[in-house]
Amino acid sequence: MSYLEVKDLKIHFPIKGGLFSRTVGHIKAVDGVSFSLDKGKTYGLVGESGSGKTTTGRSIIGLNNITSGQVLFDGVDITNIKRAKSDVRKDIQMIFQDPYSSLNPKKRVIDIVSEPLRNFENLTRKEERKRVQELMELVGLSPESILKYPHEFSGGQRQRIGIARAIALKPKLIIADEPVSALDVSVQAQVLNFMKDIQKELDLTYLFISHDLGVIKHMCDQIGIMYKGRYVEEGTADDIFFNPQHIYTKRLVAAIPDIDPNKREEKRKFREEVKAEYEKSYNDYFDEEGLAYKLQPVSDTHLVALPEKG
Amino acid sequence: MAEKLLEIKNLTTSFRIKDDYYAAVDNLSLTVNKNEVLAIVGESGCGKSALAFSIMGLHTRAKIDGDILYKDKNIAKMSPAEINKVRGKDLGMIFQDPLTSLNPLMEIGDQIGETLILHNKNLSKNKIREKVLDLLNKVGIPRPEYVINQFPHELSGGMRQRVVIAMAIANEPELLIADEPTTALDVTIQSQILELINKLKNEMNSGIILITHDLGVVAEMADRVAVMYAGQIVELADVKTLFENPLHPYTRSLLNSVPNANEEQDKLHVIQGIVPSLQNLPREGCRFSARIPWVDETAHEAHPELKEVTPGHLVRCTCYKHFSFPDDSKEEQHVLS
Repeated sequence: MSYLEVKDLKIHFPIKGGLFSRTVGHIKAVDGVSFSLDKGKTYGLVGESGSGKTTTGRSIIGLNNITSGQVLFDGVDITNIKRAKSDVRKDIQMIFQDPYSSLNPKKRVIDIVSEPLRNFENLTRKEERKRVQELMELVGLSPESILKYPHEFSGGQRQRIGIARAIALKPKLIIADEPVSALDVSVQAQVLNFMKDIQKELDLTYLFISHDLGVIKHMCDQIGIMYKGRYVEEGTADDIFFNPQHIYTKRLVAAIPDIDPNKREEKRKFREEVKAEYEKSYNDYFDEEGLAYKLQPVSDTHLVALPEKG
Repeated sequence: MAEKLLEIKNLTTSFRIKDDYYAAVDNLSLTVNKNEVLAIVGESGCGKSALAFSIMGLHTRAKIDGDILYKDKNIAKMSPAEINKVRGKDLGMIFQDPLTSLNPLMEIGDQIGETLILHNKNLSKNKIREKVLDLLNKVGIPRPEYVINQFPHELSGGMRQRVVIAMAIANEPELLIADEPTTALDVTIQSQILELINKLKNEMNSGIILITHDLGVVAEMADRVAVMYAGQIVELADVKTLFENPLHPYTRSLLNSVPNANEEQDKLHVIQGIVPSLQNLPREGCRFSARIPWVDETAHEAHPELKEVTPGHLVRCTCYKHFSFPDDSKEEQHVLS
């Protein structure tokens, strides 16, 4: 059974306008998305900016209101997570994109990391301090640094503080929204390695949101590709990278810069081919509004958005 | 023989912190040729942007020593009035963040037109409009006659970056500095922008300095690559040599820490420690030695200089001869220590 299941999720934002700020229309940020995560695995959500991937992630944890659809976590309906029992809310945590703006600059590390503990657990000051020190050690920072402020840390260290905060309540599912996009390659490697380590240690399930396909390939078991609020393709990492079926996915995969300078010409030709194919067959893959069709299975693990035949 | 366009000789850019000056770019020499993309790679804090800003004369409070020779003129010694005549005309710059490098209160057409007027005083209004439309077309913006009257917030990130590029190339500069031009963009747009920069290079025969930390972009774009660490160039080579036969430990560590889409790896390499801050920078010996502590100290030179290993391939310090990555069990410790 799947651990987290999202069924036909729709999130529409109203457009206000006119005389009394009436709702004059809706932006369909997420428009009928379904997927499921297995326990202990990493699921990658990919898409360009504006494709609705972050909105999807935020809605699961209750930061965006869900218009319609259902979210099941371990068999429990958490569509309305704000009203859900507190233990469910403890189980899902989030790592944010920007380690520079997601930590309160006026708070010490101990106050940042212990905030979730204060919300959900009744600990004495002493116990709390001990827990925070343990967490700091777990994320590879010195326990003495709990009295420092965020500006005293480097980008990678800050992101680890963000991770410490996320794992403070021993969650089961972590939603990581572009956790390494703001970091340098060397620091990025550090954070990715670390996320893999704690995944094994704490048996975590990740929903990993990113636009960097190299990182996604490195981290994820299953991948979903979003475009304009809909899924265009879903499959294992091998399905997506070595056997992309949808023209949009093909284009995305072709756009990844190759680390081998000898393949430059080859790659450029390939990209032009894909671009030509994209322009030619755009209407075959998208409907009149430029949106993707419903997903159709092409193999056991691989789903592609194609028009229904016949 | 490639034609020299820009020659930087012993450039040192220092910033004052409290009462002392600290060099962010330290005694750096570099040449850029015509019709060439020179990539400058390094982590943040290595002095890449400080170098770019020095070339453009955009530092207001830094102390700049050394020479930046552009067509027998020394940019480093120019007065602000003189440099205003060169900047934007002969030297163009594409800034990193398209959101903050455009004026939010000015229409797109006026912003691009401003650069044109500044360097060609006697252009008529119609002529400018014509030129701006032409530029917008060149950078691939659809419906330019509509976009010309729009404001930056009405455009998407990719479109804004195109506007910034249009501004940079408005006067057909011979030297274009692109400071992380695609870092803020999605992959599909990134490949379009890189394609565009490439096309412009071939059309205008200009030299391009491409500053980035994305090694994939370097492999796609560059002719030559300079790897910078702590204000110095540690390795300089043409792009194929650098990716096939990287020598300096820093270059090799960087290459190893990128997740590779074609290869299965369980663990990525982590470079120990962080780039030292300006004040704590070791000024003596090999600056990278602190981040590879398992390499014996005697492997480093006392005064490392850039030395030519094979023609066109320069490496600083001798430590590369003794460098190897620690085995995996050790690696584990590095991650958590």
